[in-house]
Formats: sequence, structure tokens, C-alpha cells
Amino acid sequence: MSGPRIGILALQGDVREHARALSAVGARPVEVRRAAELAAVDGLVLPGGESTTIGRLLRVFELLEPLRAAVVAGLPVFGSCAGMILLARDVVDGRPDQPLIGGLDMVVRRNAFGRQVDSFEVDLDVDGVEGPPVHAVFIRAPWVEKAGDTVEVLARVAEAPVAVRQGPLLATAFHPELTGDSRMHRLFVDIVRSSGSGR
Amino acid sequence: MAPDWSEKRRHIMSQGQTAATTGLATDSARHAGTARVKRGMAEMLKGGVIMDVVTAEQARIAEDAGAVAVMALERVPADIRAQGGVARMSDPDMISEIIEAVSIPVMAKARIGHFVEAQVLQALGVDYVDESEVLTPADPHHHIDKWSFTVPFVCGATNLGEALRRLAEGAAMIRSKGEAGTGEVSNAVVHMRTIRAEIGRLAALPAEELYAAAKELRAPVELVAEVARLGRLPVVLFTAGGIATPADAALMMQLGADGVFVGSGIFKSGDPARRARAIVEATTMFNDPDVLVKVSRGLGEAMVGINVAELPSAARYADRGW
Repeated sequence: MSGPRIGILALQGDVREHARALSAVGARPVEVRRAAELAAVDGLVLPGGESTTIGRLLRVFELLEPLRAAVVAGLPVFGSCAGMILLARDVVDGRPDQPLIGGLDMVVRRNAFGRQVDSFEVDLDVDGVEGPPVHAVFIRAPWVEKAGDTVEVLARVAEAPVAVRQGPLLATAFHPELTGDSRMHRLFVDIVRSSGSGR
Repeated sequence: MAPDWSEKRRHIMSQGQTAATTGLATDSARHAGTARVKRGMAEMLKGGVIMDVVTAEQARIAEDAGAVAVMALERVPADIRAQGGVARMSDPDMISEIIEAVSIPVMAKARIGHFVEAQVLQALGVDYVDESEVLTPADPHHHIDKWSFTVPFVCGATNLGEALRRLAEGAAMIRSKGEAGTGEVSNAVVHMRTIRAEIGRLAALPAEELYAAAKELRAPVELVAEVARLGRLPVVLFTAGGIATPADAALMMQLGADGVFVGSGIFKSGDPARRARAIVEATTMFNDPDVLVKVSRGLGEAMVGINVAELPSAARYADRGW
């Protein structure tokens, strides 16, 4: 049995690290830069990067509407850091014209933990991830400022939600792709498999 | 899993030094300024363009165009060349204005070996320090001990040995040097090809030959072994120095750069906003000639440029550092 085909939005950001983590849990990662490529995946990862840059490129390369439509149609999506911002319905401290994909009923604060000198690593208990705590890397990271009732909070740092799930949508403020611990990616691949779009 | 040599190195080197973590890092379980956090920051910039800016207005244009970060400096390299004089760290007021003006990361340059300029930049809250050959070197013998900082550093390199020496000192990101302020891409090409070819040679060596390779590269054997095992640098490798057109950026990406620094090429051109957007799009779609055609049209004049071959050796910034 071959693993699900999982796209990684490859406009900008740490695509290679997500590809490695997905391969480690038996998925088949493919880069997505075009709407046609999006149509051929069972799930999608929105990598870490600069959310303003990725947002602008989504518009330029006409991916924003196809992505919104795919999310509405139930495509499982996992966003880390910038990817979390893109999945939010609104962003605080972003740019007013910053394009978002949306789908997750949450408002996210950009760079909530501060600038790069405030970036940090910490051990984190994440609901739904068995075993020892997840070693989480936060880089100019956002947090979830407000979440709707149907959003499940999986982990918090100092009260602020930093890992959330709503149906087939998963988002982390930290970067599980940077640590070699693939459990968050396994959780996402399980979501993809159980969503029934696996072929 | 091989040990993270660099992480160990950092702990050895920072014994007795208290990292100046600022702000929110109050939780004792949180670790700021680690090699992973520093290198990870650069990973997030991959596939992106970092633009030199000298004013808050230029920084906004860069952000609007989709830059992943801006480099705040007092004069772009082309003006440093034209005007001469000592080139130093920028005015803190100017850097603060740029930090206020944009939401993307802000980098700034310190002179080679000038660790106090780096301390000032860290205290200002810049997100990355470029220990740069474009500024006038402050120390002819020693680069900054970058392990002792919380802020990460990017450094230039013309070859693999130089890149590894910078990593040994604690750099968390490398850029090929090129020849800044010329608008001529040939040196960037040579430096990128050199680094990639040297990595390829290392990766093909039997393990027992890595010691002699380290001697020839004048770099720590642990780092040499790590590069041989990975088949790439353990950090992000950007390109810099002479990139002036979308095609230049795509060329460097096809040669294996993880991303692009553009210095004088944007704000010394006829239509900076448009050229900035075009270079960003070319960097993303570097393998798609149809996109490259489209973004290369109607850009107005490129920066005039200087042929590197005509530069006297004293005017070559890439020779600064070692």
C-alpha cells in the first residue's frame, strides 16, 4: 500500500523539511506551485515562511481561490507558523491587505512571541500525540488569539493556543518539521487517511 | 542520528556567558538563541528575496513586492563604491524606523570583526546580522565570535572552506559573496559553483580522507564530515553580489541557491517596485521560462553596473574576510 500523496505549497519557505518529515511517516510529498498540481493531492502542507510573501504569491500565481475552494471542499491541510496564519480567518499585527486562505475559525496574532531574539525551543505536551513531549521550535511565531467553539486546542504556551485542529485542518505555531520528530506529521497523515480522500 | 556538533560547540563556546535574551523568554524551560532557532530562522527565508533598503519608504516597497526580509543599511554597495570612505553600521534611528515600518524580518550589517556593532544591532532588535565584506573590515585577523550572540548571523563566502570557517565561528546562514555593488553576476556564479562543486567532491570521499580534506579546506573536521554526510551545508545557502535582473535571480536558483539577496540591483534601477516584484516572482518560479519571460518584460532600466574584470583588486569586496 502506498502512502497518501501530500502536496507542499512550494512558493516560499521550508518545503524541504516538510518533505523529509512526510516521507518519514510513509506519505508521498509533492511540491505544489500550480492549481493543477493542487487538484492531484490527498492533503496539503502550508510550510513555514513569510506569510506576507506567500500570500502575495498565492494571488500572483492564481492559487488563492483554488486553495479556498479546496479547503471548503474538505481537503485536509496542515499549516506550520506562516501556514497557521494562512489558515486563520483573520490576523492581528499582520498587514491589512494580507491575503489569507482561511478555513480555521481562529484569529491569529502574527509575531506574537516577539522578534527573532525572542525565538525559542520548548518541550510541549500536545493532545493526540502519544509519548514524550513534542520538542517545539518557535521562530517569530504567531499564537491563536481567538478560537471558535469547534476549534480543538491541542497545545498551549503560557495560556496561548499554539496547536489547533478543526476537522481536517491542523495548525501549529511551531515548526515540527525542524526537529526530526515526525509525530505531528503522522497525526496529519492519519487525518488525511481517515478523511477518505486517500486513494 | 549523528550528534549535532554545532549545538555542542555552542554550549562549549558560551560557557560562562549569559545570552542576552530579551522580552518574553521568561519561562526557564524556554531556550532562546540556540543553533536550531538561529538556523531555523534562515530555513523560513528559503525561496525568497532579501532586499537592501536605506529608508523606511524603500522597506515598505520591498515588503509590498513580497520580500521575505529587508537588509537595512546606510548606503547600498553601488554608492559605497561610488562615494568611497569608510562604510560602517547604519544609524540606529534609521534601523529603528525600518523595523517600525515593516512586519517582515529586518537584517542589518556589521563590519567584519566589529562585535560591538553587532551588540548594538542585537540590542536594537534586528532579526539577523550580516557580518559583511561590503562594509570596511574592522579586524584584519578575526571575525566576530558569533556563538556569543542570541541574534543569528549570516556571513559571505567565496568557497567551501571559507563557509565552514564562518560556521565554526557560529554563523547560522551563508551567502555566496559575489561582487556587491557591480550589478554583474559572474562572481556570484563562480562562488556558488565553487561551493557546490567542493561539497560534491567531499560527499564522494571515503571517510578516512576527510581529515586531509579538512586540512586543505582549513576547516574543522567535524563540520567537513557533516557536509560530506549531508551533501550540502548544514545551514541555508543564499546567493548575493551582483544580482540585477529576474533572470540573474533564476540563474542563481537553478545553480542551487536557497534564496537571493539583492543589493543595489533594485533601488538603483529605473522602476524599483516593479523590478522588486519581478525578482520575487522569478525566484519562486525559477524553473519556469514562461514566467521568466513575463516578469522580465517592461522593467525599465537595470542598474548601470560595473564589469568586475575592470575592478582593481583593492576595490574587490569579495577578497575581504578569509
